[in-house]
Amino acid sequence: MAPAIGVVTFPGSQDDQDALRAVRLSGASAVPLWHRDPDLHGVDAVVLPGGFSYGDYLRAGAIARFSPVMESVIAGARDGLPVLGICNGFQVLCESHLLPGALIRNGGMLFVNRDERLRVESASTVWTADYAPGQEIVIPIKNGEGRYTADERTLDALEAEGRVIARYLDNPNGSARDIAGIANAEGNVVGLMPHPEHAVEELTGPYPGPATDGLPFFTSILKHLVSVSA
Amino acid sequence: MARVVVDVMLKPEILDPQGQAVQRALPRLGFDGVVDVRQGKRFEVELDGPADEAALARVREMAEKLLANTVIEEFDVRVEA
Repeated sequence: MAPAIGVVTFPGSQDDQDALRAVRLSGASAVPLWHRDPDLHGVDAVVLPGGFSYGDYLRAGAIARFSPVMESVIAGARDGLPVLGICNGFQVLCESHLLPGALIRNGGMLFVNRDERLRVESASTVWTADYAPGQEIVIPIKNGEGRYTADERTLDALEAEGRVIARYLDNPNGSARDIAGIANAEGNVVGLMPHPEHAVEELTGPYPGPATDGLPFFTSILKHLVSVSA
Repeated sequence: MARVVVDVMLKPEILDPQGQAVQRALPRLGFDGVVDVRQGKRFEVELDGPADEAALARVREMAEKLLANTVIEEFDVRVEA
């Protein structure tokens, strides 16, 4: 049986269906998870999708972080469950303290929606192993609060430990040190502001391309799950 | 019954683009002499009992856990007379 990857739907999630589709395209079994249900239904990995969970009330991700499903996701992540947070999912992971730092209002106050060039800095996480370190890719971003921030000590530690997994080539929002995505120390939890699930098919990916640069996030985790279950 | 006010502000070292946008708008409206504006949040917490030390400790706990993200924000708790 193919490994199962769950995608959480919160009230206000927007990209859960795209994330489920990306999981299916990679060859894994896609399992919808519901914010009020603490049962993870035996999934082997979890994706927290983009959107505006709970209307971004209070702070982006702040209410979602206390939802019943997140209690299970947080406990699982601490035991090594692979978790990928995309955009709002990244914000939820920071609010959960599974990842350090925070995502705040973009410099210039603009909501930025465009295809973004990134450099993959680390291929040593379970979500990025299918990339070559240093590989340049194109993936869409769409956010108003995507500016990564952390104190200098935390930023230095992230760099020293190789936990910056992707950087912007043309920083769209003032993110500290051009950071687009980071991992936890163990490498099972990854947060990313750009949307790999929107770059998985020729028809709907970035135009004129490359259109499918996001797919390796999903094939990376699939290969990892197959290898650990073999 | 007592009302406790929790003010939440971005830490001084965190850039506040909203406050900056407000500040930039002020001279156009004829308000000169403003060197900085920072925007924050104010929570009014109504208690069913007195705002004694135990109750204030609980409010500080809720501020720490939910009302503020202490990675980027600081908060201040006070009883409203």
